[in-house]
Amino acid sequence: MSMITPPSDLPSVGVEPPEAPPEGAGAFTPEELELAPAKPRSMFRRGWEVFAENKLALVSLGVVVFMIGFCFIGPIFYSTDQVHVSLSDSLCPPSSSHPVGCDQLGYDVLGRLMVGGQTSLEVGFAAAIVAVLFGTLYGAFSGFVGGPVDSFLMRVVDAGLSIPYIMVLIILSVIFHPSTAVMIFIIAAFYWLGVARLIRGETLTLRTREYVQAVKVIGGRNSRAIVRHIVPNSIGTIIVQGTFAVADSILILAGLGFLGLGVSPPATDWGSMLSNGLNYLQSQQNYWWLIYPAGICIIVTCISFNFIGDALRDAFETRLQRR
Amino acid sequence: MTTYLIRRLLQSIVVLVFVTLITILLIHLVPGGPVVALVGVRATPQQIAYYNHLYGFDQPIYVQWWRWVSQFAQGNFGYSLKNNQSVISEIQQYLPKTLVLVGLGLVVSLVFGIPLGIYQAVKRYTAVDYALTWVSFLGYATPVFFVGLILIDWFSLKIPLFPSQAPQGTTVAQVLSQPAALVLPVACYAFVLYALWSRYMRSSVMDNIVQDYVRTARAKGASERRVLWGHVFRNSLITIVTLLGLSIPTLVAGAIFVEVVFNYPGMGLAFYNASQNVDFQTLMGFTVLATLATIVGNLLADVGYAVLDPRVRY
Repeated sequence: MSMITPPSDLPSVGVEPPEAPPEGAGAFTPEELELAPAKPRSMFRRGWEVFAENKLALVSLGVVVFMIGFCFIGPIFYSTDQVHVSLSDSLCPPSSSHPVGCDQLGYDVLGRLMVGGQTSLEVGFAAAIVAVLFGTLYGAFSGFVGGPVDSFLMRVVDAGLSIPYIMVLIILSVIFHPSTAVMIFIIAAFYWLGVARLIRGETLTLRTREYVQAVKVIGGRNSRAIVRHIVPNSIGTIIVQGTFAVADSILILAGLGFLGLGVSPPATDWGSMLSNGLNYLQSQQNYWWLIYPAGICIIVTCISFNFIGDALRDAFETRLQRR
Repeated sequence: MTTYLIRRLLQSIVVLVFVTLITILLIHLVPGGPVVALVGVRATPQQIAYYNHLYGFDQPIYVQWWRWVSQFAQGNFGYSLKNNQSVISEIQQYLPKTLVLVGLGLVVSLVFGIPLGIYQAVKRYTAVDYALTWVSFLGYATPVFFVGLILIDWFSLKIPLFPSQAPQGTTVAQVLSQPAALVLPVACYAFVLYALWSRYMRSSVMDNIVQDYVRTARAKGASERRVLWGHVFRNSLITIVTLLGLSIPTLVAGAIFVEVVFNYPGMGLAFYNASQNVDFQTLMGFTVLATLATIVGNLLADVGYAVLDPRVRY
């Protein structure tokens, strides 16, 4: 995912001299600019300036905000019964009372998209946060300590990554009949491995820096060096990984849902809705509303998170260039 | 080079040991213990104790681990009580058919992915490049099974060109004798892989095109065609060869979803059925096999990288 250049000319902002700050940064006095890299607030502000230059990323951010609003605020304005079966509405085509039709149990598909989307987004965000938090600490510790401990910890990661992920996920879903919370931990249990490896690589370059050495010299503990220095300095990588992790978690959840291993009914997620649609695809009538809305929701959400992740990476890299 | 190979091989063995430990821990994660997974939740405590003793689950974990490893070393992948068949015979039955699907999908995706990736890099930042970038982004963000559903809907139901179901049969010959039915599964599989190859090929060619050796070749008066195919292409291919070795988890995931969507009678579908039947022996046996393939693939990728690229020295 790292190789694609988003179709807009991003880095041009990066080479802009700091003497001529863009509109948004007008509040900075020269002294503040001098000190700016040390303050996290201004780092994020600069990152945001670069990010905001990327129109595709802004649109993507809008899409994600819309999706969150659609799933979590939507049910307030468009309330449907997603618990009780209503067989008289079974498979009814789109109409004024059901804008996107109903599924075979009479659940309104538009309302179901919201409820399913809640699961998908909750699991996506939560799994990404758990995986990135744990992976970051594990990777930073491993890389910082080094030596045989590092070798041991990294072989564990290698081993975890050697088991094809889909198989681990399927086995874990069979073992633990998944609820939303269990699903989060199953996905995170696999996803942290990649994050740990990446952050460990980043830590290897960071731990030789003077400021990290200085912590050691003045007698700071390892935990202090890791939490106060290594992790904040790899925050760019962490946030970018977190963004991709959300997209990947939503895809993984959709995949497991499609295999019938997702959350149990009457709860649903976008993947489970697709799986359900597959059963009716081949029948006489074309029940398009059972597959396309859910599929498009997955694609649009995931592609948006990918674009945001790409733009964030550019934003943080440009920040480094500007220093 | 030799020391590197030996070190890399030893690393793989250590990883293998960890993997077997992880899998045995997975079995013990089953609520009620591994025997419940075997005999079902309705077994009496006496029966559970009996089978615990019979299968050695009451012994220390390292003893169990050693037995498990030595069984795999002898080619005994377990016995599926649900299918009343040894897992190794299931593998013999399904693996060749899955290899047909994976092989065809790989070939088709590479045939499209490599040339189009190069084309994108050569015509970078043009409308064609952006269009193809969008295609690969879609390939990356679209779940495999949704691609399959769309293909069935468009090319089997709306325009009845191909059957919606994959070829059915017990042997590879039977599967290959129905080429029309193979089209959609292979196309679905290839589309997702295409996104992967074309993106890596594009970035790899773009990395190479600015290298000094390309400038030298141009300075010598080599034609653009020769620069591209004689120099850049060959160097970019190294990336793809390495990537192939690292892509086994992706191939496995693709195979499972494509086989489930199209009802293709291979390992992926059998694995899916095992998950529906809570058949842990089959699940574990297949997983260990796929993990072995992944470890070997990673090893070959690293070694292949060192062999193919003389600049890499360890």
